[in-house]
Amino acid sequence: MKLNLEKMNGYSVIFIQEERIDAHNSGELKEYILHMIERGEVNIIVQLESVRFIDSSGLGALLSGYKNAAAKSGKLALACCKQQVLSMFELTRLNRVFEIYTDLNEAFESEA
Amino acid sequence: MCNSILQVDVIIPTQTKYLDLIGSIGEHIAKDLDNFSGDREALAYHLNLVLTEATTNAIKHATLTTPKDTVRISIHIQDNELNIKVYDHGQGFDLETVPLPDFDQPKESGMGLYFIRTLMDSVTYTKQNDCNVLEIIKYL
Repeated sequence: MKLNLEKMNGYSVIFIQEERIDAHNSGELKEYILHMIERGEVNIIVQLESVRFIDSSGLGALLSGYKNAAAKSGKLALACCKQQVLSMFELTRLNRVFEIYTDLNEAFESEA
Repeated sequence: MCNSILQVDVIIPTQTKYLDLIGSIGEHIAKDLDNFSGDREALAYHLNLVLTEATTNAIKHATLTTPKDTVRISIHIQDNELNIKVYDHGQGFDLETVPLPDFDQPKESGMGLYFIRTLMDSVTYTKQNDCNVLEIIKYL
């Protein structure tokens, strides 16, 4: 799983650098987020601009991160979803669970 | 609505690195369909997803029992029917007992079959000789 991590406005922002999140790399993403939370980085934004495909295991990895961040009084939000990726969240109604922002600025402003 | 006959058969090792290949085949097929008047981009994503989910399931079932197994995926299009068959050699399961996801208390797993059932027109899982077949039909 290719990704970059940057600290921005008090958030740990994960820039996913893959076009595809599926059962081949979702386990790695899940573990990565879990380790972040374990070391106290509990306010996370996952930037999905590069991602053009996500499957159920990818949604599961993000949901795992969401639940674990929430358990530590943090949050995991999403930003820059492409329409078809967004439609997967809608189909599973996970759009009601995650805060999903158009871009990073909107995500930062929502907390201002 | 008359597509010429197309048949693609792929056999892969039970390794998730091949999911991209299988999904991409579905995506390409959707983009190259003759006389399809629906949303081609959506169909491309859905075939990519359904093939990815079905193959993931078959890989998971196989690796539990026979790690050096292979998974066979067969895609057949004739007239307005797209038929996908995914063969696994695992223990199998009862499709009818797989519940819908609980949308109010979402879980990390169990969404794959929901995608297949929701996006396609018919799904069956049957035992045939020495293997199980997940058969998925989409009317174009």
